[in-house]
Formats: sequence, structure tokens, C-alpha cells
Amino acid sequence: MAKRVGMEVAIAAAEAVALCRIDVAAVYPITPNTHIAEHLAEIVADGKLDAEYITVESEHSSISACCGASGAGARAYTATSSQGLMLMHEILPIVSAMRLPVVMGLANRAVSGPLNIWNDHSDIMPQRDSGWISFFAENGQEAVDMSIQSFRIAEDPEVMLPIVLNIDGFQLTHMIEALELPSQKEVDRYLPPFRPLATLHPDKPVSMGAYAFPDIFTEVMKVKDSVLIDSKKTILKAWDEWGKQFGRWYKPVETYKADGAEVLIMTMGSMGETASIAVDELRAKGVPAGLVKLRLWRPFPFEEFREAIKGAKVLIVCDRAVSFGGPGGPVAAEVKSALYNDAGRPAVLNFLIGLGGRDVTVENFKDILEKGVQAINKKPAGGYIFYGVRE
Amino acid sequence: MSIVQNFDLFAHKLVDKRESFCSGHRACQGCGEVLALRHICKALGDDIVVANATGCMEIISSNYPHTAWEVPWIHVAFENAAAVGSGVEAALKVLRRKGRIPDRDVKTVAVAGDGGTVDIGLQALSGAMERGHNMTFFCLDNEAYMNTGIQRSSATPFGAATTTSPAGKVSMGQKTGKKNVPEIMVAHNVPYVATACPSYPLDLMNKVEKAKRVQGPSYIHVFSMCPTGWRSASSETIKLGRLALETGVFPLYEVENGKYRLTVEMPEKLRPVSDYLKLQGRFRHLTPADIEKVQEKVNQELKKLLHKVETSKSWLE
Repeated sequence: MAKRVGMEVAIAAAEAVALCRIDVAAVYPITPNTHIAEHLAEIVADGKLDAEYITVESEHSSISACCGASGAGARAYTATSSQGLMLMHEILPIVSAMRLPVVMGLANRAVSGPLNIWNDHSDIMPQRDSGWISFFAENGQEAVDMSIQSFRIAEDPEVMLPIVLNIDGFQLTHMIEALELPSQKEVDRYLPPFRPLATLHPDKPVSMGAYAFPDIFTEVMKVKDSVLIDSKKTILKAWDEWGKQFGRWYKPVETYKADGAEVLIMTMGSMGETASIAVDELRAKGVPAGLVKLRLWRPFPFEEFREAIKGAKVLIVCDRAVSFGGPGGPVAAEVKSALYNDAGRPAVLNFLIGLGGRDVTVENFKDILEKGVQAINKKPAGGYIFYGVRE
Repeated sequence: MSIVQNFDLFAHKLVDKRESFCSGHRACQGCGEVLALRHICKALGDDIVVANATGCMEIISSNYPHTAWEVPWIHVAFENAAAVGSGVEAALKVLRRKGRIPDRDVKTVAVAGDGGTVDIGLQALSGAMERGHNMTFFCLDNEAYMNTGIQRSSATPFGAATTTSPAGKVSMGQKTGKKNVPEIMVAHNVPYVATACPSYPLDLMNKVEKAKRVQGPSYIHVFSMCPTGWRSASSETIKLGRLALETGVFPLYEVENGKYRLTVEMPEKLRPVSDYLKLQGRFRHLTPADIEKVQEKVNQELKKLLHKVETSKSWLE
């Protein structure tokens, strides 16, 4: 039976990963992923999990070791943050091209410079085009559930792609939350053993990671793209079965009081809960505000997104990363491009908020939503706004 | 002296005729590196998994959908062969323990060129060796970035002209000597470290077998003659490897648990380095005075090595 516990989210995420009976973990310490790294090491050291824990000398080597381990048929896990992910950047598209179902827990943190260890999404955004499935957890329970779901989805023969699970650093990883930790039996029922299609073993030798001439490279890119797009079917199925087994339901795009909302605010990750309080307060005053939360970042859930924002006049996109000198925050830029051809699309307002751990309060969200209300009648100028910047 | 007359002559016939690195690859004519790799694969046998760094050997062997590898092989990137190998080794260990793969020894092998070992791959190599993975790492050293067009690495010898250390009016080519990675490996307490050269195939294969038997990390630094990059005749590859030994440029030795030992005897009176240099276009620009400097460097390095051969002791003693 699942047990209800009060636990730090990073610890709970590590517990969830251990419940997945991983074979190999390769983790390099970086704040704020450290508690995941440490707790996994403890679990292995106590003999509660039979796994090899590789104490790599860098993140570049942690993701590389995961490639080797996954290629040899092991269930492999890594975790990192910020600079660590940037150091892995080179290897990420190779993992997806090689169809290695590595799972990564990412404690999101701002990318230097200046050095800043606190939370935003500037680490994951530059990895957008790496061909990985990318999830965002909103709270501790989601971090636990999605850690387990990730292995099942990644290793599905129809998918065989790596997954990164975004867990906001500190604001989520270091919170103690009430959550339900599934039992080993329950996880075993949900998550079948890893059955790779080919492995590195002399009994049946294969070559992995051949190089491609121009005559085949485009085709490989097309396959990578198709597989990622098609993975949504497996993701939906895995979430559906999760709901049936555990009673917690997951969707690519979550909405909160979005019905009849003229102004919608869109968040990713832990900010959703704060934003929902602001929506409650404004709704109580009769303001037609609602919330859209993007859980699935890649593959981008176009259909579900369009459905979620239907009827809204203004869509406020909260970006937690800057695309310097570009069209807006990376999420807003995507949303705008997704909506470009749609008749009756909402006006899009783009706020860059919560950068490098800057607190975003309920009051801030109310203020932002009210700016959205003003934009119902007055078409907003394009571009983006650094919310709350001191100039 | 071998107890069997002409042992070396006949011993080749005892070598396994099977090729796990097979023909049809795209290496240059006279490539010393691919010859070394072929011998290495013969000596390693079938029960291996190879992690290969980006570089000449990867490029010539794995043009999709072709492969020259009849043993399991993985290539991920340039600088991470040791890290990928670490993951393979960890996986083989845990999967064997859990009964998910057959219960027998399978050796993890990492292969990289000099760039992938001594420059960009040094950190991953150091990490893997320090952690003590059961893995043999081969540095196939052709003394520059040959795959990208002969740029200098920190394994390029003093005085060699490369495309990024060209000889010019105010430069005599490479200004520094070779980074001594075998010594760095010994400093990691790696129990078996050796140098080898495909011009001495039996010595090479013996070392590979020894390295394979080590339950832990081992490292072999293989001198890999490169006619393309060294501007030498492809017919003189083997001769160059022999001259490298006979001039003292690349001595063949092994280090077992810290104890240095020469494995191929060097002539009592070494040949002058000019005998080795003059066959290669990369040294063509050197003046007699420059050659003298090269000779001094070679003498100095050899002296350091011989001192270690004389004084080092096994740390197991």
C-alpha cells in the first residue's frame, strides 16, 4: 500500500527512482540537485537498492556513463541542475538519436552568469531541441509520480527516448511536502522490467552510434522528430493507466478555472500553485481569470494547448528564462508561433518572471492578471516585459 | 633471447586468424593505427565491449549502415570514451550480479586517439581510472588530430610541423614535448600501464592480454604511425615504428604495480634521431641545430625512463 508521508521533495524523488529498481545511477553533485544525488547514494549504500552508483567526475561524464550503461541494457538515471545540464548539452541530442531511454531529474536552476544557484528555467530552455521528452512537475507528488512514469514511457518500445523531468530547484526540491509514496509492489505492477531491443553484449554484437553521411542524416532527423511527436500517444496511455491504478490523473496541459475565462495565465512547474491562488482571489471578485499549466514541454501538446485556451481573449505567458534579443521568452515565442494561423487567437502578453530565484507572490500574479484584464480592450504592444525589474 | 630459435618468426602463425575488426574499413594506406587496433582486437578476443571515441578509428569503421566491428561497439562523442566505458562496465557488473546477462567475464575496452586521450578526453580518463573500473583504455597515439587535418595535440612531438603548429620563419613547429600520459596513469595507481607499437606485434599482443587479465583499470599507450599526418611513405610505417624504438624516441615498456620494465630491448648504441626524423615530412624543416635540440629532448626523456626502470619497485612488494 502507498504510504502518506511528509518528505522533502528531492528525497522523495530519489525514493521514487529507487522504487524503479534502476541498475545504474551516474550523478555529479550540483546545487540544488544534491539531495537527489545524496539520497540515492544512501539508498545504494544501505543495500536497499542493488545498483551501481558511478561517482563521475563531471556531468559530461554522468550523461556519457548513462549512455554506456543504457546501451548495455541497464536502467540508467542521472540528475543535475543548471551548469551541469549545460555541460551535458553536447551529449543530449546523441542520447535521443541513439534511442537510449535514460531518465534525468533536473532540479531547475538559473544558468550563470552571474553565478546564481536559485530557481528558474534557463537551464532547460537551451536543451529544447535535443530530442528529449520534457516534463514539468508542479509539486512533490508530481515529482514522485512522474519519476516513475518517466521510466515506463522512456522504455516503451514505441518510444525509446530519454526523458528529463523538471523539478524546480529549491522552490520544489527543498520543500517538505505531504505526499504519497507508492509501495514497491505497486511500482512493480506499473513499471515492467527494461527490455531493450538491442544491447552491448558479445553474445549478440551490435554497433551503436555509427555516423551518418548527408545521404542518410536527414532521414535520421525525421525519424527522431516523428518518434518524439508520436511519443505523446504512449505518454497519454501511461498517464491514463497511472490514473486508473493510483487515482491521480495527468494531462499534457492542466487548466484551472479556465472555463469562461477571458484572461488566462500560463505557467510551468511550481509557480502554478501560487498562480491558482491569485486566480481564486480574482474570480471571487468577478474577474474572468483562469490558469493554464503546461506539463508536457516536449513533444509540445499543440492540440491540448489549443483546447485549453479556447475562448480566451488574452493569454499571459510566464517565462522563467530570457531569450536575449529574441521575440520573447522561449515559451511565449513557441505559443505565439503555435497560434499564428488560428483565427480568433488571443492576444499574448509575455512576462519574464521568477528569474534566478526572484520570488513571485500571489500579489504579483494578481497584478499580472489585472494587466491582462486591461489588455482585453486595449491590444497590448508586442515584445516582453521583465516583471518587477528595478531600473 | 627466446628459448625457441626464431620464436618470433613462428609465433605469428599461432596468432588467432579470426578478425573481430574486419576488412572493408576506410583507413588510409599504411595506417599504423588501424594495424594496432586489429592486433589489439585479436588479442582481446570476443568477450569484450568497445567504447570508441570520435576520431580516425571511429570514422573509418562505422559509416552507417556499415560497421567493421564484429564485437559489441559504441560510439557517443569525442572526449567521453572512458566515461561511456565506465557506464558499460557498471552495467555489465550489475546485470551479471542480477542474473540478467550470462555469468562470465566480459571486458570493457575504451579506445581513443591521442586527442581523445591526452587533451579533450583526459578528464574522463582520469575519472574512470581513479574510480577503478574494470576497463582497459587504449590510446592510439598518432601524435596529432589527424582526422580533422593534422592539428597539433599535446602528444605531438617537439619540432613536428602540423597545421596548427606550422614551421615558419620564426617557428620550428611544435614548441612543446609530448605529455607523458602513461606516467599520469601510473600516478593514478593503475596496476598495469604499458606502451606498445604495431611494429612489435607480439609485444603489443602480450601487453593487451596482460591488460585484459587485470581485474581493474589498465592503460596501453600505442604508438600509431600515420603516413598521412607524418608525411611519410605508406610503405615505411613499420620501419618508422622500429626506428622510433631504435632511436629512443618511443621506448616500449610496461609498468606493473608501479614497477617499470623495458619489454623490447633497445640497441646498446642508439641510432641518431635524425634516422627517424628524415623519413618524415613533418620534420623536414628542422636544421641540424634543431635536430640537435630534438636529440637532447629524446635523450632527456629516455634518461628519465631508464631511471624509473632502474629504481622503481612494485608497490605490492
